[in-house]
Amino acid sequence: MTALSPAPPAPPTTDLPLAPDVRPVVPMTRPGARTALDPDVAPKLGMRNVNVYYGPKRAVRDVDLAIPPNAVTAFIGPSGCGKSTILRCFNRMNDLIPSARVEGAVLFNGEDIGAPDVQPVAVRQRIGLVFQKPNPFPMSIYENVAYGPRRHGVKGRAALDDVVEKSLKRAAIWDEVKDDFRRKSGLALSGGQQQRLCIARTLATDPEVILMDEPCSALDPIATLKIEALINELRSTVTIVIVTHNMQQASRVSDRTAFFTMGDDRAGYLVEVGPTLQIFTNPRQQLTEDYVSGRFG
Amino acid sequence: MTTLRRTLLADRIATAILWAIAIFVVAILLAIIAHFLLAAVGTLGPAFLFGDPSESSVGGIGPVLWNSVYMLVLTLLITVPLGTLGGIYMAEYAGEGQITNIIRFCQELISSVPSIVVGLFGLALFVNATHWSYTALGGALALTVFNLPLMSRLAEQAIRAVPDDERSGSLALGSTKWQTIVHVVLPIAIPGLVTAVILTAGRIFGEAAALLFTAGVSTPTHYDFGNLNLTDPRSPWSPFHTATTLSVYIWKINSEGLGDFVRQLADASAAVLVLLVLVFNLGARALGRLLQRRVTGA
Repeated sequence: MTALSPAPPAPPTTDLPLAPDVRPVVPMTRPGARTALDPDVAPKLGMRNVNVYYGPKRAVRDVDLAIPPNAVTAFIGPSGCGKSTILRCFNRMNDLIPSARVEGAVLFNGEDIGAPDVQPVAVRQRIGLVFQKPNPFPMSIYENVAYGPRRHGVKGRAALDDVVEKSLKRAAIWDEVKDDFRRKSGLALSGGQQQRLCIARTLATDPEVILMDEPCSALDPIATLKIEALINELRSTVTIVIVTHNMQQASRVSDRTAFFTMGDDRAGYLVEVGPTLQIFTNPRQQLTEDYVSGRFG
Repeated sequence: MTTLRRTLLADRIATAILWAIAIFVVAILLAIIAHFLLAAVGTLGPAFLFGDPSESSVGGIGPVLWNSVYMLVLTLLITVPLGTLGGIYMAEYAGEGQITNIIRFCQELISSVPSIVVGLFGLALFVNATHWSYTALGGALALTVFNLPLMSRLAEQAIRAVPDDERSGSLALGSTKWQTIVHVVLPIAIPGLVTAVILTAGRIFGEAAALLFTAGVSTPTHYDFGNLNLTDPRSPWSPFHTATTLSVYIWKINSEGLGDFVRQLADASAAVLVLLVLVFNLGARALGRLLQRRVTGA
């Protein structure tokens, strides 16, 4: 198994071409948020010339992308534009689909994690994924959160108790479950609580990146706001990439937004990426303008 | 309005028919149990269950009851681990293709071979070729021939029924495929696996034809449970002892029809067999629930 090297302490070199014309813009939601790519900080995630195929069909075409650390990046675009497929490249989940093939470089801390000698398991231990439909295991809340650490070799009651409590607190669900989280099944929680449990479960493995694939699309508005508040809490310590079909959500939670669409060849591609405020108010591309203003999609 | 009335009527008729069928099935089951229990009243008791067979009285079925349980345990010890692993392979690793189609075809074919044929096959292989003579092990292996395909098929279905969401949830946390199978898929599949074990066990309790030529039909007289020598064919603990089971015994006393107590003996033995299956089913389900609670902590 090829272990990934530990996260570098933000080396000053950037091996991705960063958008040169992006200036810091006042964010829509948070004063002082990191919305532009700082040329002094290496991107956390990146793609260079990535193409994804399902069998002979190309599903994603020529994606070049850089995602800054400790910020929230939203992927928006119409259905079928490959947002989720692109997201899943970052933790090798496309490997689970036998016909899927990823070409190009998928970068994590500057390292190509798509390379054949990189173990998907090693990647997924550091890049978590939260699914569209909450999928807690049919186990107690405690066992759900302890699942990842246990599999990665954390032993001992005290150590597990510690990581479970910390993770539930970080996922802002501790107060709701602290009385019975050892006995109560994860399935007995409401949908929104289940999704926060899934986030806690991911946090328990202490990932550097959390990918979220439409995490609120199965939730009611109040539960959605709680997840968004949680994303806001986590943004300073974890890199978050969130796929959403909800443009208001993208504008509320993200520092940067990437807009994808589907070409005439039915392959998805990146139209543009930039600070969220700019994408929503002053995009460079007409396609983006049409989409965010609701003229299509 | 008439259309509505017609569809409502059809709905009610369908419901009534389904209820009738359900009641019919339950009634048959209750009738069978009641018939044998009533016939066995007076005979059933500790002396009958645990006593030795006798020429001069009804006697007991202790040794054959022991053999049935022994055969069950021995066959399950072979079938359940192998069948579950086979099911895991078929559900999680084999994928779809010509080879899996052939395997599946063979599974269905073997599990539907008439059991008397399996018995003759067992006679040739586990009795004659091995020079074991009639043994519990030979019987268990003959039962395995058609129970293993059944167990692996049912285990595969139980494992396939686990939603993919659970698998990807585990994999996305950086678990390996094997960890995912052991810690998520199998615990969730436990109820289905328990059903598989129960169906397999039912065939072990009930089978007679396949055991006639492999485990033997002699009436055991007395078992010395103090003899723990596992290679001694006279020890009831040994896989090499001749093991006439309850089903085979019922067939034997009915077909020979000798003695004054045959009717009583056959009825009571049948009642015990039915109760044994019932007790095993309930026990297995309770054990399955306990096991699931244990491994999932919920």
